[in-house]
Amino acid sequence: MAKVKMTVNGRQVGSECEDRTLLVHFLRENLALTGTHVGCDTTQCGACVVHMDGRSVKSCTILAAQAAGSTITTIEGLAGGGDLHPVQAAFKANHGLQCGFCTPGMVMTAVDMIRRHGANLDEATVRAELDGNICRCTGYHNIVKSILAAAAEMGGVQQAAE
Amino acid sequence: MYATNYHRASSVQDAVKLKSGTEEGKYLSGGMTLIATMKQRLASPSDLVDLRHIPDLKGISVNGRSVRIGAATTHYDVASSVELKAVCPAICDLAHHIGDPHVRHMGTIGGSVANNDPAADYPAALLALDAVVVTNAREIKAGDFFTGLFETALEEGEIIVAVTFDAPEKAAYAKFRNPASRYAMTGVFVARRGNGEVRAAVTGAGADGVFRHDGIEAALATNWSADALAGVTVDASDLLSDIHASSEYRANLVKVMAKRAVAAA
Repeated sequence: MAKVKMTVNGRQVGSECEDRTLLVHFLRENLALTGTHVGCDTTQCGACVVHMDGRSVKSCTILAAQAAGSTITTIEGLAGGGDLHPVQAAFKANHGLQCGFCTPGMVMTAVDMIRRHGANLDEATVRAELDGNICRCTGYHNIVKSILAAAAEMGGVQQAAE
Repeated sequence: MYATNYHRASSVQDAVKLKSGTEEGKYLSGGMTLIATMKQRLASPSDLVDLRHIPDLKGISVNGRSVRIGAATTHYDVASSVELKAVCPAICDLAHHIGDPHVRHMGTIGGSVANNDPAADYPAALLALDAVVVTNAREIKAGDFFTGLFETALEEGEIIVAVTFDAPEKAAYAKFRNPASRYAMTGVFVARRGNGEVRAAVTGAGADGVFRHDGIEAALATNWSADALAGVTVDASDLLSDIHASSEYRANLVKVMAKRAVAAA
């Protein structure tokens, strides 16, 4: 057992856990942040994607101890108060989900994708970048549509601010 | 996952010391194979010594044609390095097609090379580029480093510090991905070096792991074109055969991927 400290969604947190505890379980069970999901247990499905020090990672394949001292953003940390993050809003507007189980990972993946590609995202890139996220309901079409809409919206906002 | 003890090393020296005091410790880099394997209870190291926070192991330096990639450099950082892309875009492209974006943010070149998975991508690049694996004890040529399935020349406790190579004149990597795992069902890295030497290394197909193919190298040394490979034969008897592909299927893939790589170089 060790006390693991990190910054999660802007808040300093510390909690005791076994060295073998996975980051996803630390978030869900120690911090009660259950928005991050466990879908497959084999590092393939991406339902567990969070951001660690600004980059998307699979929290089911990282020990909480490995993440000690880092800055984590989970799905709970995206929205500003009652306002949805533009990616969340785009998923809602474009019906980018059905059962919703993969959605937290999809949204966190989309935010990271848009951070790296900006408004230049095209459909082929979005589909290639979704390699690490599995959805069993939508057939991906509306997820891709949501991400492209969010990228255009966020790129537009960035341009307006410049 | 079985219980384990986590240690974070601050330097290479510190890592060696931390591991030497353990029963069955293992070095941990990005963990994209090791943690996944531990979750399946296929590995149960008593201790993990995390190398990811050692500053000396990180970063890419390009000096003229001479390249050095720190062992703890992630696939994403290799894929997106502007200075590396200027001299050897083939290795950036290879790194960009490992796993998925999240895996590329964690997985490292040192971890991949040390694990020597028979379907990993980097071993093919290192062998074709005649790279050198630099450890805390010595320098090992890629040709001497990869010794079999998941086997390397690394001694107990030895740590990969960096990978170095001279940027080739032309190079490219083509792989046929397993549609489920995304690992290379067969991948071929071809490189023509400054001295005119041609090397072609194959991953994902060899029963003993990564290997060079003499026939492909000889054909490309005479004529660097996909057409030159038409008459090359690939012997299926030394190739892997599993539920995904027979050795004959892989033999054909070796040729097809070699052609695609040459065309892309």
